[in-house]
Amino acid sequence: MKSIHDWFKQKQEEKELKTRTEKLDIPGNLWVKCFKCKATIYSKDLEANLKVCTKCGYHFRLTSSERLKLTADEDSFTEYDSLVLSKDFLPFTDTMPYAKRLEEANKKTGLNEAIITGECKIGGNKTGIGIMDFSFIGGSLGSVVGEKVTRLIERSIEEKVPVIIFNASGGARMQEAIMSLMQMVKTSAALAKLKKAGLPFISVCTDPTMAGVSASYAMLGDIIISEPDALVGFAGPRVIEQTIKQKLPPGFQRAEFVLEHGFMDMIVERKAIKDTLVKMIRFFMEK
Amino acid sequence: MEFEKPLLSLFKKVDELKKISKHDKIDLSQEIKALEERIEHQRRDIYSKLTPIQVVQISRHVQRPTMLDLVPRIFTDFLELHGDRNFADDPAMVGGIAKLDGTSVVIVGQQKGNNTKENIYRRWGMANPEGYRKALRLMQMADQFNKPIITFIDIAGAYPGIAGEERSVAEAIARNLREMSSFEVPIIVVITGEGGSGGALGIGVGNKVLMLEFSIYSVISPEGCASILFRDATKAPFAAEELKLTAPSLLEMKVIDEIIKEPAGGAHTNVDVTAKNIKAALLKNLAELSQLSKSDLVEQRYKRFRGLGIFEELSL
Repeated sequence: MKSIHDWFKQKQEEKELKTRTEKLDIPGNLWVKCFKCKATIYSKDLEANLKVCTKCGYHFRLTSSERLKLTADEDSFTEYDSLVLSKDFLPFTDTMPYAKRLEEANKKTGLNEAIITGECKIGGNKTGIGIMDFSFIGGSLGSVVGEKVTRLIERSIEEKVPVIIFNASGGARMQEAIMSLMQMVKTSAALAKLKKAGLPFISVCTDPTMAGVSASYAMLGDIIISEPDALVGFAGPRVIEQTIKQKLPPGFQRAEFVLEHGFMDMIVERKAIKDTLVKMIRFFMEK
Repeated sequence: MEFEKPLLSLFKKVDELKKISKHDKIDLSQEIKALEERIEHQRRDIYSKLTPIQVVQISRHVQRPTMLDLVPRIFTDFLELHGDRNFADDPAMVGGIAKLDGTSVVIVGQQKGNNTKENIYRRWGMANPEGYRKALRLMQMADQFNKPIITFIDIAGAYPGIAGEERSVAEAIARNLREMSSFEVPIIVVITGEGGSGGALGIGVGNKVLMLEFSIYSVISPEGCASILFRDATKAPFAAEELKLTAPSLLEMKVIDEIIKEPAGGAHTNVDVTAKNIKAALLKNLAELSQLSKSDLVEQRYKRFRGLGIFEELSL
């Protein structure tokens, strides 16, 4: 008899395949239009280029499983806390009840939540890893994302390994109201313990990394790196424009802007991230 | 406020009677007293049935006591200290040293203005990154010299402007969250008005979090929620209900530890009573926290926030 775990895994794999195809807009045809430069790219070329536009270098968003495949050594990943699930506890209804929104997000992405956490090896080095997924309710931070991040950090302290988190989020999940806000403290407090234990946290920002997530763990990396052109900031650009009643300068809140203003250690192209992480892990963990 | 309109006609009547009594030299004190009692009764009735959006209005009342209204009524020997030692002094965040019945403490908090001119100067209490960095340096001083920290929250949100991005208010808030969780002194947080999301939380990591009766604490304003999630700004009252942002709901969720009573009609009707109630709550909670060792304080604070989050967990 199949266990729930096996059932989830199978469903996840089925959905993953479906999502990857949908994401590249290939309903039978093999060409994709770049969102940024509008050039037409052969989808297999895009895939081979790690979903980075071959013409302009625009970094398409990745799902958490796509990111995992690029980052972790083959067959080295063990997932933590896969059965921690969100619930509609307030309850909260906007254009649909939160419970329904969670169901739809699961159907669309095959995921239970906006983050996958666990341990893996990167270049042979064991590390705790968390990978957020923007396609699940905008990568929003709710109780489960907060709990999984906190458990990841606490477990990494026990295992004496670094923590690496790939951020992709629009911010706190409104449907969980004040509980989402509290996750900012929970995760930051766990990072204080990680620091005290002498272990490093490497934060990798991807497009977008905003609001409640950037105002908590994302900006607390011992080293903070970002993919090129990622939106990394606090307030949404439209809110800022409405407040100051001015148009924002080009490049505002992009990773390069954040670096110029002193809050980003490096901008790293997707293809170079794994090697960069390996160098950093070795720097921190060598005896 | 809109929901107090029923009282308006009664107030007018009292004024009329007082005028007549003076002009015609008749003793109308019985009638006036009876009317005033009716006003009080009706006000208590209104205030016992407030909807969340009405509470929001009270929390934002233009005469609601600000931090600098409350501080001289609660503390003695307050010395305001300025600057983040890095970039600037943010008028939206006030901090300094003071004495609470003889105990030296460090205080930080957001400061709104009492009139338009002041509000412009204070940026309506909406702090910039240097506000959080000033708060941090003062809290670090408290930690270093073993003094309790008391914070006052009243902010719609961190100011959503250019400075917030150029000087990373995100990093400033995040760092405050991490550092506050490690301080080895008692931290008591008092929400007096609007607890506006991350902007509030940046000085909100306490061993105890107290809230004035008609203050609010939310991940987003009802108006913001209505616009973004409901795509309809007029749905703010409904959003306020859904968000469960009033003190009783927050107490039930254990996000706050205690509700501090306001005078009948709201804090703006009597600053002295409001301050008295806050002071009593501070003294009580400080006495309790002073019993804990340094490591216990850190652990209690960690556990307090560690336990916040509602989810379910399947087992295999």
